[in-house]
Amino acid sequence: MRGWLKRAHGLRVTLWTLIVPPSVWAVHFLFSYLWAAVSCAKIGRWARFPTVFAIGTVIALVVILLAGLIAWQQSRTPGDPPPHNEGTDIDRLRFLAFSTLLLSGLSFVAVLFTALPVLMLGDCR
Amino acid sequence: MSLHAQDDPTLRAAQEDRLRAVWKPPSGWFFRWTDVNNNRIGVWYTLTAFGFMLFAGVLALIMRTQLAVPNNDLVSANTFNQLFTLHGSMMMFLFAVPMFEAVSIILLPQLLGARDLPFPRLSAFGYWSFLLGGVFVSGSIFFNAAPDGGWFMYPPLTTRTDLSGLGADIWMLGLSFIEVSSVAAAVELIVGVLKCRPPGMRLNLMPLYAWYILVVAVMILFAFPPLIAGDLLFEMERLLEWPFFDAARGGDPLLWQHLFWIFGHPEVYIVFLPSIALFAMLIPTFAQRHLLGYPWIVLAAVGTAFLSFGLWVHHMFATGLPKISLAFFSAASEAVAIPTGVQIFAFIATLWAGKVKWSTPLLYASGSLAIFVIGGLTGVMVAVAPFDWQAHDTYFIVAHLHYVLIGGTLLPLFGGLYYYWPLITGKKLSDRMGRAAFWIMFVGVNLTFFPMHLSGLEGMPRRVFTYPAELGIGWLNLASTAGSYLFAAGVLVLVIDLALSPTRPKAARNPWNAGTLEWLAHPDDEDWGIRSVPLIESRYPIWDQKDFVAKVDEGRFFLPDAEEGRRETIITSVLDARPVSVIRLGTPSVKPMITAVALGAVFILTTYHLYLLSAISGVVTLACVLWWLWDTAEIPEKPEKPIGHGMHMPLYSAGPAAPGWWAMFITMMADATAFSGLVFGYYFYWTIHSDFGAGFDGPGSAAPIMALGLSLASWVGTVVAREVHARGQVMIARILLVAGTIAAIASLFAGLRCLDGLDPKANVYPAIVWVLTIWTVVHAAIGAIMQLYTLARSLAGRMTPSHDADLRNITVYQHFYALTASVTYLTIGLFPETGL
Repeated sequence: MRGWLKRAHGLRVTLWTLIVPPSVWAVHFLFSYLWAAVSCAKIGRWARFPTVFAIGTVIALVVILLAGLIAWQQSRTPGDPPPHNEGTDIDRLRFLAFSTLLLSGLSFVAVLFTALPVLMLGDCR
Repeated sequence: MSLHAQDDPTLRAAQEDRLRAVWKPPSGWFFRWTDVNNNRIGVWYTLTAFGFMLFAGVLALIMRTQLAVPNNDLVSANTFNQLFTLHGSMMMFLFAVPMFEAVSIILLPQLLGARDLPFPRLSAFGYWSFLLGGVFVSGSIFFNAAPDGGWFMYPPLTTRTDLSGLGADIWMLGLSFIEVSSVAAAVELIVGVLKCRPPGMRLNLMPLYAWYILVVAVMILFAFPPLIAGDLLFEMERLLEWPFFDAARGGDPLLWQHLFWIFGHPEVYIVFLPSIALFAMLIPTFAQRHLLGYPWIVLAAVGTAFLSFGLWVHHMFATGLPKISLAFFSAASEAVAIPTGVQIFAFIATLWAGKVKWSTPLLYASGSLAIFVIGGLTGVMVAVAPFDWQAHDTYFIVAHLHYVLIGGTLLPLFGGLYYYWPLITGKKLSDRMGRAAFWIMFVGVNLTFFPMHLSGLEGMPRRVFTYPAELGIGWLNLASTAGSYLFAAGVLVLVIDLALSPTRPKAARNPWNAGTLEWLAHPDDEDWGIRSVPLIESRYPIWDQKDFVAKVDEGRFFLPDAEEGRRETIITSVLDARPVSVIRLGTPSVKPMITAVALGAVFILTTYHLYLLSAISGVVTLACVLWWLWDTAEIPEKPEKPIGHGMHMPLYSAGPAAPGWWAMFITMMADATAFSGLVFGYYFYWTIHSDFGAGFDGPGSAAPIMALGLSLASWVGTVVAREVHARGQVMIARILLVAGTIAAIASLFAGLRCLDGLDPKANVYPAIVWVLTIWTVVHAAIGAIMQLYTLARSLAGRMTPSHDADLRNITVYQHFYALTASVTYLTIGLFPETGL
């Protein structure tokens, strides 16, 4: 695990990787909305605790967690001195990685928020 | 050119003369309006948007006067409908969004140390489109023809021509035109932030304003197109009777609500984030320290942008959707409070940690945050669906949205006005008048809108032109009216302060002692933007980099000269802002203005059903665009030029290194989003209506597959043409372009064959097939025009294997076209037209 995490330092970080966690939230959200809309309209009911929904949610959370883990590693890249506000390669990497980490946190919570109603509501009324 | 050379004052003076000559604005009573410099376009834009704001504010005052007492008859119900519709529409489309674009057009080049934005003529085009469309929409009220269906124009009230008149068309077509200009501004701003930063300004050193602008411009790209798609369906129904929102013929009015609010909710954040961005600039200045939590602010901006696209159904809680769907949107609506809170705490922490210099802009910032937070808290309340069912369409909502928009957009902009006025005019505004205006407005806002919470909870519905005395809300309404006049008085003080500005002396340079790049501006500013493009090593270079201002002024950084007599700026890489090329910028021209007038004529003539004239205007618009484009992507007289410090930069770039490629890519993202709005419509009908398409023949599979094959042939032809052209096989590339054009035109006819025997007026199924097909064949036609244009460029010697930007740009278009054609023809040809 540790060796694997070390390799995270070598991964490329761009504006695209920054938006991976919130994009996962967006896909999960869209998936939840469409799933509910189609199953309510076509089948007429929203089965309590549908397996597909649960699996989708777990996948989303795992992807966000992974993105967060990689970002956490990268945000601790050693080298330049704190406070890491300089125009160096490492500080730019640390900034993008730390922002990705923060977005992972927000996206994780937001996915949980989206999943919660399914625990409470079981039908299409 | 070494550092040493700049020690010579005569050289510097000669450079300044050359720069001054190159950046000289056009003069003459007409030609001065053909200017494209961001300094001037931005100011016109800002003043125009400010004027529309005052106009819409007067409309609000008339409404409040009507509502001051029960059973009032100052205005008729019909006029009142026009008043509230135009007030809301103007504040959103003609003030809040354009104001953000206007301010960004002024500030962004200064913040990024660029001479101008990458496409100055596009900014000018956006401005003229905005002015024309804005005057058209707002002027309608003087002819008793203003839209009257509420700013979100719900059908069927607005689609039935017997229930609503010309106003609905004016709204749809006039504002569609303005949406085009918003997308144009978004393209300009995204490319500006990503590609026009000064060397060294890596992503982590970018001013937070630029981060916010990047995020907001991307939001515009995904939020506005669904509305454009909705507008298209809406006008098809009004002008041609295609039943997209008519339940009797299989349509569904809820589709409009979806498309409108997929735009409408992100819109709230599109107008809020840029105002908050002003705080991110002024708070460090008045705290005299770096902003705390830079990545946290980026989290807030990006997080809010994403979550804001998961909120739209909270405007539709009362439409009878399944509770589980409502709950998803309720959850996202609660979640968005997290990033919003984070940025407010970051601001508070910065002030706490700094040495605060209490000033007028800071007063506006802190006061507006207080108002915004109240609106945010009622927002969390109405995000709870059961509470919303009680408060929906009452004055409680009116109170909530005005607290949010005044605290989150209007007052921050006024704060920004006091902060940045010295940057634009070189003069400070009056602190005394500014503070007086603030307190009058602050009391006015609360007196106007706080009682509305109560009148709403007492049961006063929004959008009523009067109410009975028995409801017992007379005194609450009177208080609101008094407050609105107080607020207007505050605005008046502010306007007088602005009007007195020309009589005041110039202020010192950088009067607030700010640390960010835009404050390099000199009170007696030149038109060249920045004397030399600096090397950035800090987020606050004026504070942190030694002798920074003097070095910029003495031209010791990059591009201190205009040897070839051209307007130029530096293009850098996206992540690390390494210089990659120098581009030549557009110079003053009548082309943007004429193109805007021609395009405006298309929309305005369509409103009055003058289709032939409208079609002629469309052809003129196309001709103008081609005329405009012909001068672009020019082959430079030499391959590269020195920019100082021994660096040489190419003068030509193509593909992803070129701003034009990015502009095409970004425009096509918006185009694809609009298209996905139409596709959403198709699948929405299929989901909701089990009888979708039942009893109506579809296009079959043969014609769509044929059209798809030809479309893909056109795409492959272009892609292969690009490859062989780059290898020097110019003749083969030309033949391939001709073949691609023929395939595109053939796909157009094959596409139209899909529509044989389908009557779009009969039912929503043939109607949506028509719309998807028309959308696709129009794109085929545009693709063919691009292919012929590129061919002409090649024949005219304006495109060669080493200078092939045109061909690379149209290939991007063709990628998106291939996607569009695939989705359309597979959907209409293969997807089961009847429900599962």
